[in-house]
Amino acid sequence: MKHNIIRPYGDKSGDGKVQLSFTLPVPPDDWGKEAAKQLLKQMGFEDIIICGIRDLHEGFTHFIAYAVTPCSVDSSKIKVKKVDTPVMEMEEVDEFIKENIGRKITVVGACIESDAHTVGIDAIMNMKGYNHRYGLERYQWFNAINLGAQVPCEELLRRAREENADAVLVSQVVTQNNIHIHNLTRLIELAETEKLRDKMLFICGGPKISHELAIELGYDAGFGPGTYANEVASYIAVTLAKKLAQKS
Amino acid sequence: MLKLELDPDMQNRARKAAASIAGSFQWLFDDYSSVTIERTVLRLLGIDGATEDGTPYPNIVVDHLQQRNALLRGAAIPLANAIIYTGMSAQQIAEEIAQGNLDLTKTPVASPDKIFQVLDELSDKMLKHIAKQRETREQLLQTYGPRRIPAIYVIVATGNIYEDVIQAKAAAYEGADIIAVIRSTAQSLLDYVPYGATTEGFGGTYATQENFRIMRAALDEVSASEKRYIGLTNYASGLCMPEIAAMGAMERLDHMLNDAMYGILFRDINPKRTLLDQYFSRMINAYAGIEIQTGEDNYLTTSDAIEKAYTVTASQLLNEQFALLSGVKPEKMGLGHAFEIDPDLEDSFTYELAHALLTRELFPGYPVKYMPPTKFATGNIFKTYLMDAMFNFAGKLTHQGVQLLGMMTEAIHTPHLADRSLAIENALYIFNAIKSLDENITLVPDSFINRRANKVLKEATEFLERVEKEGLFKAMERGEFADIKRTENGGKGLNGVFRKDVEYFNPFLEKMKKELGL
Repeated sequence: MKHNIIRPYGDKSGDGKVQLSFTLPVPPDDWGKEAAKQLLKQMGFEDIIICGIRDLHEGFTHFIAYAVTPCSVDSSKIKVKKVDTPVMEMEEVDEFIKENIGRKITVVGACIESDAHTVGIDAIMNMKGYNHRYGLERYQWFNAINLGAQVPCEELLRRAREENADAVLVSQVVTQNNIHIHNLTRLIELAETEKLRDKMLFICGGPKISHELAIELGYDAGFGPGTYANEVASYIAVTLAKKLAQKS
Repeated sequence: MLKLELDPDMQNRARKAAASIAGSFQWLFDDYSSVTIERTVLRLLGIDGATEDGTPYPNIVVDHLQQRNALLRGAAIPLANAIIYTGMSAQQIAEEIAQGNLDLTKTPVASPDKIFQVLDELSDKMLKHIAKQRETREQLLQTYGPRRIPAIYVIVATGNIYEDVIQAKAAAYEGADIIAVIRSTAQSLLDYVPYGATTEGFGGTYATQENFRIMRAALDEVSASEKRYIGLTNYASGLCMPEIAAMGAMERLDHMLNDAMYGILFRDINPKRTLLDQYFSRMINAYAGIEIQTGEDNYLTTSDAIEKAYTVTASQLLNEQFALLSGVKPEKMGLGHAFEIDPDLEDSFTYELAHALLTRELFPGYPVKYMPPTKFATGNIFKTYLMDAMFNFAGKLTHQGVQLLGMMTEAIHTPHLADRSLAIENALYIFNAIKSLDENITLVPDSFINRRANKVLKEATEFLERVEKEGLFKAMERGEFADIKRTENGGKGLNGVFRKDVEYFNPFLEKMKKELGL
């Protein structure tokens, strides 16, 4: 059973060493250091070494620490909800759509509401893509419409209806005060009111988005950081093909 | 010294094309005004504050005039007329209008002489205040000594101005020279400026005049105790460009993000509205001695940093020419660029050096603003910290005017207190470690760096000449800038642009033009 127990690895199997860094509203002295130690103790850490203390001014101190955690994870109990459709390269996706769907897939994407950061939606949709992986605009069998930043939910849904979209892609980069949850929920609720929710796939992405969170919020799928366009394209193509097969 | 040999003919051609493009908008600057320009005039004439539901009084008055089709002469004349008729202050008049007690189109008309006299007195009073702020800044810089090169620029963005103050002061004590308070993310698309101190925002803190005042006072406190002038930045961009410039001028901000084309491309604001608003806002900045900063880094976050390097140069040259038309002096033009080349690329740093030197030498003596890696900051904080160090190395070696420090937690969250502190530590270490390195090294003849810089300059020149021939709006329509297509009559805010009546009068425009020698 031992190999099923997962513990952090420093320089020996299962030594439980972790690296920590945090800021406290305390002075950079022995008293402050003791506060940091006690905090780590309360978190269950052992063998605590505070190796770095930096004065941040205005009454704050930054601590860098190493400590041992007694916690472990049972590998048999890990369950991850993730997008499980096969991932294809761009050419394969195009080929797949041609054969299994036989028409272009229309995707309308946007960064919604207050969010002005297009880096996510651009990485997935723009011709150029990201890190040498082309975006959906480059795919022959995708009709990709990127509405850009700060698009109101109403506008995105209006456009999706107009274009008879197969999928709606939403990016949320700003997550301060959980604004992303608020925006994503609003979109899904509006889609339901406007009876669009079941007519198309709703997919969200962003640095703090996981598939699990997306499902929880009522989306079909969610993609986190490091996702490339071909992963999203594969998911859309395969899922739509399945839906079509079910219908016929 | 690392010194490029830039083709002088090419430089002349590029500047000539950029000047001709910027100069082709004189019709817009001469014949048009916008709702935000008129609100700016009202603010400068002494109207401030907001109604209980949060509508700012300058908006109330401009909307009042617009609804009565009485804005074409500008807001100044009807206001002055009402001041003469009622004997009330500008502020009282705005409040009476909000209450529905006063209609500016129904007040008896005073003689032009009286109207101009009132406007002359009120505008003089405000311009004197702004000039005083400018002198205070100059005096403090003289007392404390000139700014570090590059100046260390960091961002605070908590959403709460009081929390921002804590973080800004901490950063300033650690070595930051310039503090930028990032705006709440949707503010650029608001057609009004919120009022008062604010404690809630998303991805940033609302730009309000009270917030400006609170932060300026906090930084003055640090400046005095550190004997180093700490600059303050905000954003004169979006639909309220000139209003924010005016608020900054009144409250002694030192820098303003103020790009001629950013709003068009990256916020989908109407091109005419943007160019018109930037013209007046930059004039205010010029008068107030505020250093403008431009947003060329955005070209590289949406396009490839090598392939599209020339768009940065082209935009810098356009920003320079538009700024000159508003009376901004070169030493107050913080033209932007960025360190955004894919770190996996062989010689990525060599390319970066070439681009950084190009900006530096094309704009000698300008406080050019260098932006950090963001596009390839992935959440691996250790790698990003290293990239930020390389960025700081390039910035110091090439004597950039302003170094906007990279944060190792870029792409994760708005910077934590410790993130910012580590970024400052990184910069201070490198700036100190290579203090005089540049004096000891040169480029070999016919270096890759020199060839690369000249290539980018040539591409920029040819691009600008193409845009000159075709017209800026046509080029934007075809997506020539940042692969984004914008049409002349598309985008937000066009309905706030109007053609001026022959009797139009804006006392500040006239006086500032005269003062700036335009």
